[in-house]
Amino acid sequence: MSLWGWILLACAISIATKFLGFLVPATLLDNPRMLRVAGSLTIGLLAALTAVNTFASGQELAVDARVVALLVAAVALWLRAPFLVVVALGAVAAGVARLLGAA
Amino acid sequence: MQLLQSPAVRIALSVAIATGLYGLSFGALSVAAGLDLLQTMALSLLLFSGGSQFAFIGVVAGGGSGLSAMSAAALLGIRNGVYGMQVNVLLRPPRWRKLPMAHLTIDESVATATGQTDPQEQRRGFWAAGIGVFVLWNLFTLVGALAGNALGDPATWGLDGAAVAAFLGLLWPRIRAREPAAIAVVCAVVTLIAVPLVPPGVPILIAAVVAAVLGLSGLGPATEGLEPDVDPYPDGAAGEPDGARSGVARQSEGAGRSEGAGGFGVALQSGVPRQPGVPRQSGGREDA
Repeated sequence: MSLWGWILLACAISIATKFLGFLVPATLLDNPRMLRVAGSLTIGLLAALTAVNTFASGQELAVDARVVALLVAAVALWLRAPFLVVVALGAVAAGVARLLGAA
Repeated sequence: MQLLQSPAVRIALSVAIATGLYGLSFGALSVAAGLDLLQTMALSLLLFSGGSQFAFIGVVAGGGSGLSAMSAAALLGIRNGVYGMQVNVLLRPPRWRKLPMAHLTIDESVATATGQTDPQEQRRGFWAAGIGVFVLWNLFTLVGALAGNALGDPATWGLDGAAVAAFLGLLWPRIRAREPAAIAVVCAVVTLIAVPLVPPGVPILIAAVVAAVLGLSGLGPATEGLEPDVDPYPDGAAGEPDGARSGVARQSEGAGRSEGAGGFGVALQSGVPRQPGVPRQSGGREDA
């Protein structure tokens, strides 16, 4: 399937997931295990995506300018900077690190 | 004019601006990942869930297949199903409104609504934040994508560093206690171990399985991880005494939010569905 196909399928699944929540009985909310899985999935996936985008280069692991971006972003978040500022600082950090010779 | 005096609407507008603005980074990163302008806009218009959209382009940027990208986006969107249930119980919409409301069901609209105690304010907060974020998110996605197209090669501008920062920024507000931090670390390590062993994109799905197992095995409170990217009530829910956010509640954003976002799930459990915003000193921690 083409990328377009996967994009539209992802969109359809997203809408269906949200809508399904409006259709199922509310008693499902009494299930703490269900809530916990939804929460831990969110955390686990975001952590995995952070790790891959920082260290993966295809199927290899690499330590390069992106690590600098990670560290700078962490400091900015710790200082409670807004999301957009964090993202911009990440870009600047990686860019500067490359200018200074990081891979 | 009268609407602007509604506390929920005012909060919704500031949330919409803050969230909408980071559509800029989504648009720019999406075209840098190789999606074209139309594909980028399709994600923002139709998928409309920031985390899932970033997940999709994050997998594509790493060389993952369309199937992996779609799976990551779908799994990250599961929490929206939970939000859907919560909104349905909280606002009790007539049937014909459920589909548009479902589409506007995202972290920010749910958090804005559930931070209010008055049913009418909850309804206003949901619609104002939902529509506000939708409009601005799509507008700024477009601007970001056009700017990203003009920039050219992502590596020279450090856009890959921007992606790293974006994912950390999405993860950060959900890590306010030991349990979610442990889940995050375990999943990150599992992912990196898997990177050399399986095709790109698949490590993220392996991490999802590990996260689900950790969740099933009962690590952490029930509402952990279900926090908005932009917290509408960073200094406590509207009208809530400060004390409720100090100590344990402040230490864990999951617990803190329980008075707001996930909290009425807890309120439901104790049989008071019409008072979802009641502040809880316990912070709603439910250790199974």
